Amino acid sequence: MGNSLKTVFYRNLWGENPVIRQILGICSALAVTNRTVNSLVMGVGLMFVTAFSSLTLSALREHIPDRIRMIVQTLVIAAYVIIVDIFIKANLPEISKALGPYVGLIITNCIIMGRAEAFARKNPPVISFFDGLFAGIGYTVILLGIALIREILGFGTIFGFSINFIDFTKWTIMVVPPGAFFMIAIFIWIASGIQNRRLKKKEAK
Amino acid sequence: MTPQINPFIIFFASIITSNMVLSNFLGMCSFISVSNEFKTASGLGKAVTLVMVFTTVINYVVYQYVVLPLGLEYLRYVVFIIVIAASVQIIELAMDRFLPELYIKLGIFLPLITVNCAILGISLFMVIRNYNFWQSLLFGLGSGLGWWLAISTLAAIREKTGKSKIPQGLVGPGLTFIIIGLMALAFMGFSGIFVIQ
Repeated sequence: MGNSLKTVFYRNLWGENPVIRQILGICSALAVTNRTVNSLVMGVGLMFVTAFSSLTLSALREHIPDRIRMIVQTLVIAAYVIIVDIFIKANLPEISKALGPYVGLIITNCIIMGRAEAFARKNPPVISFFDGLFAGIGYTVILLGIALIREILGFGTIFGFSINFIDFTKWTIMVVPPGAFFMIAIFIWIASGIQNRRLKKKEAK
Repeated sequence: MTPQINPFIIFFASIITSNMVLSNFLGMCSFISVSNEFKTASGLGKAVTLVMVFTTVINYVVYQYVVLPLGLEYLRYVVFIIVIAASVQIIELAMDRFLPELYIKLGIFLPLITVNCAILGISLFMVIRNYNFWQSLLFGLGSGLGWWLAISTLAAIREKTGKSKIPQGLVGPGLTFIIIGLMALAFMGFSGIFVIQ
């Protein structure tokens, strides 16, 4: 597997997309997607944390003893999450309330740990930074996709702006938790459907 | 301060209507990956319940008597994580010493639990909702039992679906999410009996 910027980008956005292909970071992906604004804030927060924790951990990778690396990783991640949390609380108090404990839960978000374990441990800092950033982008894109559909169908708004010129009955199911589960199932279905078709084409060749 | 809710209402609500996985989406990672088999799933459920009760109580005490007086609220994530990691270790050691049989059964799951978001989530909810000691204790216990109930049910259903024919793209996580969605709908049917938010 090459580690050029392009392959890292492609891998994190599609081939190994954290949410729909590796099924990581699902907790927050489901919880914050009832509104696009929340998802966007959450996604940007996660991007920041993954990018910088990958950078830090990769820079320190030769100094961290293997046996205690988990706790070191967790502490580094926690430090960045605290920054994000304080920033959101100070600048976007309403969204902070809506996101509730999920900002703090970025710490246990498997995507960050996963990137730290799988990539930052073995690669130099700059490329690790971008790897983390792209993993965050991959996560955000899927979140926004789910949130967009849920918000349009559930509330009849996009980014909080009403679209009531199209008249339809709101889908309550999109607002409540089961809607999130169904939406993510559909996304995974589409993604693996496309992947399966590609694999078949490759085999045919 | 929020009005004080009867701890027992919190207990039942956190099992059913405010189930950790099905309505708060916490602990999804292991919920998906360890639910292939009923026995293992149930084992993990027990371990999670145990750790949840332990960590909620310890985190409550630490938060009220150490973090708050010192004004270190912004460090609470770090404190909670360390408490969770430490108490998982202690539970492991204690079980190895006093309940070796149980240790062999649950041992493999314990390290996994440290990074289970449900455990940290419970402590954060506890802080956000201003629970007192008894509320926190029963909230931890109820959430653990709810998680156990949900993962065992899911595993039981998934064992059956292994034999059926389903669209190829849905095999694995796709179908699992649909099952979870249906389960969440069923659990929602109880809402209105107890409400906590």
